[in-house]
Amino acid sequence: MTAVFTMAPVIDVAQARRGAGPVQREAVFDIQGLTVSYGRLTAVSDVGLEIYRNLITAVIGPSGCGKSTFIRCLNRMNDLVPGARVEGQILYHGGDLYASGIDPVEVRRRIGMVFQKANPFPKSIYDNVAWGPRVLGMKKDLDERVERALRDAALWEEVKDRLKKNALSLSGGQQQRLCIARAIAVEPEVLLLDEPASALDPIATSAIEELMHELKRDYTLVIVTHNMQQAARVADLTAFFSLEVDGARRSGVLVEYDATEKIFTNPTDKRTEDYVTGRFG
Amino acid sequence: MEALATVATLLAVGVLAIVVISVSLRGAGALSWDFFTQPQALFGQPGGGIANALIGTALLVLLATAMALPVGVLTAVYLTEFAPKRIRVPIQVVLDVLAGLPTIVIGIFVYALLVIGHTQSGYAVAFALAVIMLPLIARATQEVLLLVPSTLREASLALGVRRWRIVLGVILPSTVGGILTGTVLAIARAAGDTAPLLFTSSIFANSVQTDVTKALPNIPVLIFTYSEQPDPALHEQAWAAALVLMAFVLIASLAAKGLLAQSRRRLGR
Repeated sequence: MTAVFTMAPVIDVAQARRGAGPVQREAVFDIQGLTVSYGRLTAVSDVGLEIYRNLITAVIGPSGCGKSTFIRCLNRMNDLVPGARVEGQILYHGGDLYASGIDPVEVRRRIGMVFQKANPFPKSIYDNVAWGPRVLGMKKDLDERVERALRDAALWEEVKDRLKKNALSLSGGQQQRLCIARAIAVEPEVLLLDEPASALDPIATSAIEELMHELKRDYTLVIVTHNMQQAARVADLTAFFSLEVDGARRSGVLVEYDATEKIFTNPTDKRTEDYVTGRFG
Repeated sequence: MEALATVATLLAVGVLAIVVISVSLRGAGALSWDFFTQPQALFGQPGGGIANALIGTALLVLLATAMALPVGVLTAVYLTEFAPKRIRVPIQVVLDVLAGLPTIVIGIFVYALLVIGHTQSGYAVAFALAVIMLPLIARATQEVLLLVPSTLREASLALGVRRWRIVLGVILPSTVGGILTGTVLAIARAAGDTAPLLFTSSIFANSVQTDVTKALPNIPVLIFTYSEQPDPALHEQAWAAALVLMAFVLIASLAAKGLLAQSRRRLGR
């Protein structure tokens, strides 16, 4: 049995949490019937959900449920994987991201990404942040832009006296915040974070989580995490993915998508409950 | 088994030691300040040095590097960053075949192409040497480009930067050391190669020349011709020139090793 879960989240719960009142949230992404396969393997199957502006949406689920595959579709990073095929529709502000005239490079410019493993360039701290804006033609007031990005990434105070030092001399947590600074220096609208804290110690992790709360004022954030506590701490909305096994076929499906509080305290689906209460996964 | 392997290794190291020692013993006597600063002596006269040949070889190698380096690096960039697998694999085979081609074949090819109907020239030499260097540089560059972690490419792509800018801005700068390593090794190889020079630059005056449209004096041909002379003093000079060439290759190899180590450090590997 393959159930189709295309559901509208109970968005007002999230808004109540923020005390924002009954404001209509703008959907940045509208995803419908998304199926991604690598060759003959289906990674995720028939996913439908909306991602809202200036909220943090967490994607949780057990290993292999297609969380990363899903998030990598949102900025067309999957284009780079040979044999990857994307079906269904991802509307970004109403426009199809995978339409034939769409330039994936332009998509990635607006939808930034931070990866699981911090991957700073083997350049100076300054150049790590400045390189993107420089090659994308945002050369005006570059120093201010770099400072602002580093401040927004909560790294400025730690690195302001050694901007010319190689970025690889920073600690793991600092490198990851540098990667966030690098991503926001080109002013994307959305920031995708693919398990950004999974390689970090608890202190660095909490620094990143705090940072996410700050960032959502200006950006729409989507975070993939296999750390449920992290999702509970940072996310407004949470999507639970699971692995559907149907004979020899296995694929990731979206089980439940709702306000984080609801997912963790009163989930609708039995599988979500089993997962968040630690009975599997 | 271990003993056998150890002996074989000692033999390999021993061969190099014997070559170094015997060349040094026979050539060291002719080394002097004049040897490096004076051009070849006129026929039958004593003394003289190899200054003209040193300058000639330096010029030829410089010119060859200027031809082979950009083409080699771009070839490697194409193969690692842009080419689909079904194109990459055959081109790699072609490069490997080119690298294994006897240099006399390259020599006679360039002779037929650029010397017959014209004259021997520095250009022709440089072209022949560039053909020798090209696959070496391309393959070495390819190896070090493959060392660049894919996470760096992902990071730059996620910024919304075009591929060619990523190559120029991130990938090549982090591999400069490795590319120079390959280039230095190719230079060491080309500087001592003799076969193509016999076809393209073997008839030259005994004075310093810098006109690359004419044949240029050079070390390999000097060693070759001196070794065929009856005069034992010239024999000694041939050995000394060989010693200089060998020392250059040795130093170049060490420099290349240092550059590669530096390049790996940069990439954090």
